[in-house]
Amino acid sequence: MKRRVVITGLGAVTPLGVRAASLHARWAAGTCGIVDGVGACSDFEPKDFLSIKEVRRLDRFSQLALVASEEALGEAGWADGLPYDPLRIGCIIATGIGGIETVENQHDVMRDKGAKMVSPLGIPQYMPNAAAAAVSMKHGLQGQMYGIVSACASGAHAVGSALRMIQYGDADAVVVGGAEATLTVFGFACFNSMQALSPTGISRPFDLRRDGFVMGEGAGVLVLEEAEAAAARGAAVLGEVAGYGSTSDAHHLTAPEPTGGPASRAIELALADAGVTPDGVDYVNAHGTSTQLNDAAETKALKRALGPDAKRIPISSTKSAIGHLLGAAGAVESVATVQTLAARLIPPTLGYEVPDPELDLDYVPGRARELALDNGRPPVAISNSFAFGGHNVSLVFKGARA
Amino acid sequence: MSTITSEQVEARVVEALASFGPDAAAITREATFEELDIDSLDLVELAQIVEDEYGVVLKGEDMKELKTVGDAIDLITSRAA
Repeated sequence: MKRRVVITGLGAVTPLGVRAASLHARWAAGTCGIVDGVGACSDFEPKDFLSIKEVRRLDRFSQLALVASEEALGEAGWADGLPYDPLRIGCIIATGIGGIETVENQHDVMRDKGAKMVSPLGIPQYMPNAAAAAVSMKHGLQGQMYGIVSACASGAHAVGSALRMIQYGDADAVVVGGAEATLTVFGFACFNSMQALSPTGISRPFDLRRDGFVMGEGAGVLVLEEAEAAAARGAAVLGEVAGYGSTSDAHHLTAPEPTGGPASRAIELALADAGVTPDGVDYVNAHGTSTQLNDAAETKALKRALGPDAKRIPISSTKSAIGHLLGAAGAVESVATVQTLAARLIPPTLGYEVPDPELDLDYVPGRARELALDNGRPPVAISNSFAFGGHNVSLVFKGARA
Repeated sequence: MSTITSEQVEARVVEALASFGPDAAAITREATFEELDIDSLDLVELAQIVEDEYGVVLKGEDMKELKTVGDAIDLITSRAA
């Protein structure tokens, strides 16, 4: 029998605030963190949370991860010491891009002052594993530690990999998450030239008028523990990572496979891994980017994987409230999904007003909705992440019993 | 070119080191880099600042010998003379 993996701590820095609690509470209240077409963490001033040395030595994506990790470890009750052998605690922090701001700044230095003046901190700041390294060093985590890179599925791959790490017995706990900070001149230029960003600056997933994604930044971190070990130390359990499935499109560099076939297979694999059938699913936290292609392909994938239940299950997109956090998205949305199950309150897809006749599922328009349960079982949710490159990841979460 | 005094170098070195993280009050001539939590990456940055400011090139082997803030100030002052 597989080892079960529970969630004991959550942390997030998002455009809705510095603290995980603000993510679900404000989103459910209908607040959108996107300002002028950008999902910036405008409340996050690094020196308010980190030492001078940490601020100077870390790119913004790692700074965001570090602050989110402190919150998650605090909630897990780890602040005064690690509950397990440090060599048995893993750390995976994903990112889609890494320290792009550092690359841009150091490239300017090289151009203006010459190669000799490029900072020795350039590489350790921008390497995509820098956030994982920073979190591991800060908290003394000495088990397996690495970054994961799969564009906008990175954060979800991280959670899935952490689940397997504990299930397989390679670790008893993993601090896992994702972080991204690409709101830079070059970042906008690249995504703009792909015509991926919304020209109107509005994130309204599944709406007929959707015209691209809104770029955001932030980090999400979860503390995962092997269930029996968590119970033995009397930890408060927030939920369970119950299933993970992942496939690839092998289709196109940026466009999703239009039938949703490989994506639906990822959902099916995650449900089977969790031992859940579609009739036991209470909520879907969609990838829902607000691009024409993603939202259409995701809808098809959900219908293929969930069958007739697809029409019954409420589906909402966190990106309607904070934009697209790229490599952090899967982790932040995992946090939001666990919160949704814990609060039994499904936040809406903000901005969804004009239905697309092709997309005929329940995208939770307007306002938050109570998560109704019929038989006292723990609530179950799916969180999807898809990415440039053709990555498909689906995670299944179970809420803690009331 | 006017002569660079040890006091001028000291002021610049202390300012640079303080920007790296340690408490400015702790940065005395006698303080060791180890005590100040200044590592090899920081010292490379210090060397870049010194080269930019005084045209003094400090190589890796020069930096390895430095134990205290005073060692760095004396080396830079002697090279800049």
